[in-house]
Amino acid sequence: MAHHDITTPISEEQVRALRINDTVSLNGTLFGIRDATQIHMFDRGRSTRFDLSGHAVIHTAPNVRKVEKSEANPAGYAPVCIGTTTSARMERFTQPLMSQYGVRIIIGKGGLMEDSLAAFQELGGVYLAIIGGTAALETTWIEAIEDVDLDDLNPESLWKFRVHNFGPLLVAMDSHGQSLYGTVRQSSRSRRQEVLDRLGVKTS
Amino acid sequence: MEVDMHEVEEVAKALYIRALKILPPDIKRGFESLAAKEGNATGQAVLGTMIQNIQVAEATDNLLCQDTGVPIYNVTIGRGVCPDGVDLVQAIRRGCERATTEYPLRSSVVHPITRENNYTSTGAGVPVINFDFSDESDTLKIEMIPKGSGSENKSWLKMAIPAEGVDAVKAFVVDCVLEAGGQSCPPTIVGVGVGGTADLCVHLAKVAATRALGTHCADAEGRALEEELSGAVNQLGVGPQGLGGDSTAFAVHVELAATHITMNPVAVNMQCHSARRATATFTPAGVEYGF
Repeated sequence: MAHHDITTPISEEQVRALRINDTVSLNGTLFGIRDATQIHMFDRGRSTRFDLSGHAVIHTAPNVRKVEKSEANPAGYAPVCIGTTTSARMERFTQPLMSQYGVRIIIGKGGLMEDSLAAFQELGGVYLAIIGGTAALETTWIEAIEDVDLDDLNPESLWKFRVHNFGPLLVAMDSHGQSLYGTVRQSSRSRRQEVLDRLGVKTS
Repeated sequence: MEVDMHEVEEVAKALYIRALKILPPDIKRGFESLAAKEGNATGQAVLGTMIQNIQVAEATDNLLCQDTGVPIYNVTIGRGVCPDGVDLVQAIRRGCERATTEYPLRSSVVHPITRENNYTSTGAGVPVINFDFSDESDTLKIEMIPKGSGSENKSWLKMAIPAEGVDAVKAFVVDCVLEAGGQSCPPTIVGVGVGGTADLCVHLAKVAATRALGTHCADAEGRALEEELSGAVNQLGVGPQGLGGDSTAFAVHVELAATHITMNPVAVNMQCHSARRATATFTPAGVEYGF
């Protein structure tokens, strides 16, 4: 259960050194991506001018304020409140995000499924759990919105954030076939019958 | 009592922003009570971050969660209050739009087919505005709930049959909690609707999910079911964020309605740990904000 301070982008070797229950803090660039962003990228033939290779993406659609472009707000957006969303809806985009764009880290809440775990193992990637609903705290880890692409999809644009000590995040799915969500899911399902027995349920 | 629609508009705006920033005291107490009992180290750490976030949101005057949700306004009209209904709905809609454009908040509301966002948090049928009536004289109460989508996506209805009895309700609730896993942003309030028609049953589940912690179902059988199920779901080990632990739910809440002799409907709607609500009460003395 080691802690890793990581500056993005990272190599396959670096990502494979991460194991479940390790913690990670990120520095540098973090991209924000969401349902509509990926529907347009992978189902509707659009692409991004950003180089995502070796980078981290967070499942997000932030609250932002439109402002004059400046050194502090180079994209013309100031952060208001930036957090995360449920990752499971975006399960089918993990594989193409990694194979076509070289993404190595996905950050979100609630976890991803078997296909993503296989992609992490095959291509070298991890899922980092951030705590859903704690956006006020996470916003303090974001220094600036550096750039934005596919902004007609706002708030589901492709956002480029600059982050400082973004974390600690928990390695919840690693490149060695381990998933904390899978373990918890299996163990909670194994308790189902015992719980129903205690409730006196006979017909289920 | 006269109701000033300009004031309703201002209040509808203020309530949306207030709800997004300040968690009600019953939910804060709920966190303390879960943290005192959580036996899993990861679960403890996750709860600790959630509690820290509540403090950071208040200290930085920021929103608790990025999800501005689907805006819901529950209006309760007391005796002797006779507002024009159309004006009241329009005032609430304008307040909701203005909160979004003037704060600014993320508009999380889109057309369900084109997915077009008009950046006002409103659209066909949204904000959801529910009306109810109370015995209280000269009182108009507006409750605002920004309903987060992570938990709203974990909603189910089962038209069970009488032969399955209350066992069907119990097993369904346990299975929904297992199915939701970490996706509903646990610890949750598990709202359970029992009886009624299909649509009423789902509505009751929402009422149950958004009720204050520490309140109980008015029906004795419903209350007993709440206590039984609250204990049961926390034995599953799903834990905060689905990462394991004892704190899967703050509570299971039940609301019920009479149903047909052939029917046994049960619905589940969940409220995430960012269980946000705000209320404003209009009386001849003025407007008072609360939870």
